[in-house]
Amino acid sequence: MSQDTWNFLFIGLSFAVYIGIAVRSRAASTKEYYTAGGGVSPLANGMATAADWMSAATFISMAGLIAKSGYDGSRFLMGWTGGFVLLTVLMVPFLRKFGKATVPDFIGDRYYSNAARAVAVICAIFICLTYIMGQMRGVGIVFSQLFGLDIWQGVMIGGAIVFFYAGLGGMKGITYTQVAQYTVMAFSYTIPAVFIAIALTHNFIPQLGFIGDYTAGENAVPFLEKLNNINTELGFSTYTDGSLSRLDMFCITAALMCGTAGLPHVIVRFFTVKNVKAVRRSACWTLTFIAVIYLTAPTIGAFARVNLLEELQDKPYAEKPEWFGQFEETGQMTWKDENKDGKIQHFGPAEIAKGNKNELNFKPDIMVMANPHMAGLPKWVIGLLMAGCIAAALSTAAGLLLVLSTSISHDLMKKIVKPDLTDKEEIKWARIASLGSLSVAIYFGINPPAEFIAKTVAFAFGLAASSFFPTLVMGIFSKRVNKQGAIAGMACGIIFTASYIVYFQFLGGTKDQYFFASDGSGGISPEGIGFVGMILNFAVTIIVSHLTPAPPKEVVELVEQVREPQAEGVTQDAVGH
Amino acid sequence: MSDREGSGSARSHYWQANLGWLALLLGAWFVVSLGCGILWRDWLDDNFPKVGTAPFGFWMAQQGSIISFVLILIAYDRIMARLDAKFNKEEAAK
Repeated sequence: MSQDTWNFLFIGLSFAVYIGIAVRSRAASTKEYYTAGGGVSPLANGMATAADWMSAATFISMAGLIAKSGYDGSRFLMGWTGGFVLLTVLMVPFLRKFGKATVPDFIGDRYYSNAARAVAVICAIFICLTYIMGQMRGVGIVFSQLFGLDIWQGVMIGGAIVFFYAGLGGMKGITYTQVAQYTVMAFSYTIPAVFIAIALTHNFIPQLGFIGDYTAGENAVPFLEKLNNINTELGFSTYTDGSLSRLDMFCITAALMCGTAGLPHVIVRFFTVKNVKAVRRSACWTLTFIAVIYLTAPTIGAFARVNLLEELQDKPYAEKPEWFGQFEETGQMTWKDENKDGKIQHFGPAEIAKGNKNELNFKPDIMVMANPHMAGLPKWVIGLLMAGCIAAALSTAAGLLLVLSTSISHDLMKKIVKPDLTDKEEIKWARIASLGSLSVAIYFGINPPAEFIAKTVAFAFGLAASSFFPTLVMGIFSKRVNKQGAIAGMACGIIFTASYIVYFQFLGGTKDQYFFASDGSGGISPEGIGFVGMILNFAVTIIVSHLTPAPPKEVVELVEQVREPQAEGVTQDAVGH
Repeated sequence: MSDREGSGSARSHYWQANLGWLALLLGAWFVVSLGCGILWRDWLDDNFPKVGTAPFGFWMAQQGSIISFVLILIAYDRIMARLDAKFNKEEAAK
């Protein structure tokens, strides 16, 4: 069978499964639409959350970014998984106990204010839109890679599919499709890694090969040493050292962690299980499933880098491998014969400074996509990988779309604009809202505002870290924080962070203008500014709260009830009507 | 709920115990990731035994921290289940 047949087979099959599940589990009530009825098992919810969590950025770009930046790439690994710990111990059990369907709902009630609710809705929409753009872009890349389409056509197709099952099926449809999607993702991510680990290190567990010896050369050498040598020879910084300053690395990682904990689409996933106990159990499952992929990503990145450079460096272009041409066609790899010797050369900053010219350019995304080609894996593995990429992008996009649509239908229409909305009308609004937000996401998927998918996503985390995270944490852990404080804090945090990002990304700010750039530490990049925004939010909230009256007694009582899993009084119903 | 005072203090004991465990788990969370993976990694690379062939700090940043996170959450699940059981029992006895 040809490669195309395998691709069609795997993608077609997986789509049939998703759509079959979506049709079977169509949501009939708002409760099913928002929280799948509240009775999903911890294991199933764990898988679904893992799929929701692992975006196209994680799946397609992360290994490549790690391969490119070595140690610096650890910020994504630690940031995204570490944030999950924060989310579990600081937030979800309490929010689940509170028992409403959305994050703005909690903020609106805890801060007894529709203004706070409105600020939260706006933050949620802003964060989700930033994040969903990256997903649509990811779908577009995979489709264009597969079927030779333009990226915009791929984005449109992906959008249509997501709308079909997320817009129609609501949380119930999404949850069970995500279980299927996780399965596809896990297999398609780990199988190529196992094959490559065997080829390069004679070890079938990639994580052990990674800390073992490189055996594909004449003598066995420690694998990471091999990688360091390649990097140094070509003029890159040592793989295990990286080049980001410690301050920036710290800020970016911390921003990713706290941002993760403030991402509304992950928080709402935990409203689908039965009770607080199930939330904690489910969180364990989720992180275990996530860890399967996150422990594999750095190994794939490292293996692919060795493989790619061993295969191409100083090889005549005329003898290039078949897959090279394939990625050249889509513009993901380019080669220009600068020194006219007909050979491929890839150089980093140190060699370029010596006068050597870099001839080979490739986007980080191809580390995952080209990996099976490079390692000469069977065609079905590539087909499976393609299905996995699409599953990753679709599952996250669907989860985000749900939050976008509920934010608009539930938090905005029902709670603020038109409280007498019936259940049926509310679902109708949710569907209209998901169509609207999807259109925006598609537009930005076609015209992305930042270079790499993961970069776009990193900004969404910064925004979440500086807005939701402090407000939610203080809403649970402090009885003194009041509405004035929360509103001021959220507004300051997100405006500060967004301005910094916009200034350096779109208005031509330069690196020497970064915060703390002058004291020799390298400064804080826009990626890490969310951490500063978060501290600002904490500070503003606390100061303003202490200058204004304490929250009313009912709110203090609400906080006490939220803190205790078995207390009576707060509705056990997953959706408050 | 006849004994409001009693249930109020059980409540606050439960919460205090909860906060104590949280501080411990978050401490562990900080040490394994931001600590070992970033702040002290150079020192760990130089002074700690290698994990396989990988420098210790680097390994913590790319693998060890993630494994630790899973363990931290499993511990959290167990600890909280025990805490819930203990305090529910007290409440029921009143």
